Amino acid sequence: MTKSSGHIIINIQKCKGCELCIIECPQNGMALSSNINQNGYHYAYLAEDICTGCTNCALICPEAIIKVYRKKKSKILKQPVSTL
Amino acid sequence: MSISQEGIHCNYLNEMDLVWDRPDTFTDTTLHYCPGCGHSVINRLIMESVQELNIEEKTIGVAPVGCSVFAYHYMFIDMQEAAHGRASAVATGIKRILPDRIVFSYQGDGDLAAIGTAETIHTVNRGENILMLFINNGIYGMTGGQMSPTTLKGSITSTSPDGRDYNQHGYPLDITKIIAQMPGSAYVTRQSVDSANAVRKTKKAMMKSLKYQMDGGRGVCFIEIVSNCPSGWKMTPTESNEWLRNEIFNHYELGDIKQLPKLKTNEI
Amino acid sequence: MNKKILMKGNEALAEAAIRAGLKGYFGYPITPQSEILEYLSRHLVGSNRVFLQAESEVAAINMVYGAAGCGERVMTSTSSPGFSLMQEGISYIACAELPCLLVNVVRGGPGLGTIQPSQGDYFQAVKGGGHGDYKLLVYAPNSVQEMADFVYKGFDAADKYRTPVLILTDGALGQMMEPVVFPDYNPDNHYTNHSAWATRGKSKNRDPNVITTLNLEADAMEKTNIHLQAKYKSIMENEVMFETIETEDADFLLIAFGLTSRIAHKALEMARENNIKVGLLRPQTLFPFPTQAIAELAENVQAILTIEMNAGQMVEDVRLAVNGRTPVYFYGRMGGVIPQPNEIYQKIKDVYHSSSKQISE
Repeated sequence: MTKSSGHIIINIQKCKGCELCIIECPQNGMALSSNINQNGYHYAYLAEDICTGCTNCALICPEAIIKVYRKKKSKILKQPVSTL
Repeated sequence: MSISQEGIHCNYLNEMDLVWDRPDTFTDTTLHYCPGCGHSVINRLIMESVQELNIEEKTIGVAPVGCSVFAYHYMFIDMQEAAHGRASAVATGIKRILPDRIVFSYQGDGDLAAIGTAETIHTVNRGENILMLFINNGIYGMTGGQMSPTTLKGSITSTSPDGRDYNQHGYPLDITKIIAQMPGSAYVTRQSVDSANAVRKTKKAMMKSLKYQMDGGRGVCFIEIVSNCPSGWKMTPTESNEWLRNEIFNHYELGDIKQLPKLKTNEI
Repeated sequence: MNKKILMKGNEALAEAAIRAGLKGYFGYPITPQSEILEYLSRHLVGSNRVFLQAESEVAAINMVYGAAGCGERVMTSTSSPGFSLMQEGISYIACAELPCLLVNVVRGGPGLGTIQPSQGDYFQAVKGGGHGDYKLLVYAPNSVQEMADFVYKGFDAADKYRTPVLILTDGALGQMMEPVVFPDYNPDNHYTNHSAWATRGKSKNRDPNVITTLNLEADAMEKTNIHLQAKYKSIMENEVMFETIETEDADFLLIAFGLTSRIAHKALEMARENNIKVGLLRPQTLFPFPTQAIAELAENVQAILTIEMNAGQMVEDVRLAVNGRTPVYFYGRMGGVIPQPNEIYQKIKDVYHSSSKQISE
């Protein structure tokens, strides 16, 4: 269960394991999996619960496969995120 | 979209805002570029900009020959694929026939600065109202890593096995600086996509150029993006970006070379 | 009846293009076609009409590619060395199936050659010219009137088949002055809607239109080729044009196109005065070639003489059409020399009085 103010979801099957997101994460929260995806690449994943939703990983990701979420500023809950 | 089963999970995503996602104008097709290639980011950035400006219905892109020959597989807009070196001539033909459309060309260094030098210079010289994207990674990636006109001194490529020697091969061509001197260019900048901040700056330059064209600006907006080629340079993606920062940017300095003129209202 | 105007061939062609609804012209100066460029720079004006002098023929043909990809009527014109420079672009245009009009006002070659008229670019025009399996629909006018007429036909055929169309003419036809009558032609009545494939901006209700000639999969690329070949077959079945003069009773047939057909006609008259029954077949389209008509006439004549201003190019297509039915002879001048009627008449006499064996090449 995450406690951080941000979160990312990576489409790991399309990841090519270039590691640029891992380098780019200012929180050092990402890592390269020891598992491989359907294309044979080790894939990046969020390893530490310290995401701030800064979008750096998504911006540098060549494959454009990282969705970035950030906590709403107001505390009132809106409708669920439709993209899930 | 499959979701990672590994690492941190979040059970209250519905309490969060989706703040970044792949743009709709960038198709779901898996990119053919090598891992870590800057082309992927640049392909996406131009589509992000087109989407944000809401001009996907009036934008026509021209794809080159080279690694981004398949750019039209990823860009969900009308596109033409030009012969090697001729993207700016093709873009000229489109823009002249449809002056109210937004037109951009996308070329690499071999395409724009070697075989297409004449078309490049003269498109700028005519002051065509288009955006020219110039991806400079100092190598012919698609054909297997040969020396290009922008390859730096000493660089080992498949056609300069002992490193580029100025006596034999001549000097790296800084075509962007030449273009900045020409009255037909409106905005000339050199950017990169090697970090998230660089990506933000490059997108800003694209947005600025497209807006200028939408406002009926006069002249070419020219964005050089100094980028990597991990496969061609025989480096990991991370190493290639470090190489950019430690070596290449010393020669190809980043930043605006020619500022965008302020449009007078009567010109619009 | 429309007014008869005295005009240069190049200018008549340019004027016809404007009347046919030309939206964009992209070209580069080269003798002997520069009048087309000059005429259009003065007269192709007004809203949504583009005249642009390019930096080279290479740029010009690629501008045509971009502009034709927008689905408008566009053209370029050049002369032989410039046409060579355009070949790569023409191959792309043919493969991408973009309608446009090309004009080659041929001059003597090879190399820089001469600015005198020639038919030395026949092979380049008719056999493809650039890389890969493609053809141009090639019209060969022989008068200033046809320089104009074939522009309308050319644009209509280009739109109909989505293919580049070439008018193959020469320096003499481009420079000569003759009366010309421009037909009633309203481009609006000949408008073809290309919005299904043209790149004009993707509307919400459709997928992107992409103009490309690349297909890395061999099977898919072969499909593209099969599609192109089917189109060329349809062109061969429907677009053949030729003229015959006094072929009904002829026992000797001349075949010539463009400028040489006029000289051959004169030689025919000289021969007829001397009781040699000569006929003339003039292909007006070089691709498609009037193969069938020539094959039929070959059954009834003792010999065929092909006259060209080159070393013998169309004669190869004539021989293929004749297929051994009757001897085929050739007479040609090269390098910009225009044959005289009496030279051809002399050749007719030589061939006519000789046996069936071929005399000279």
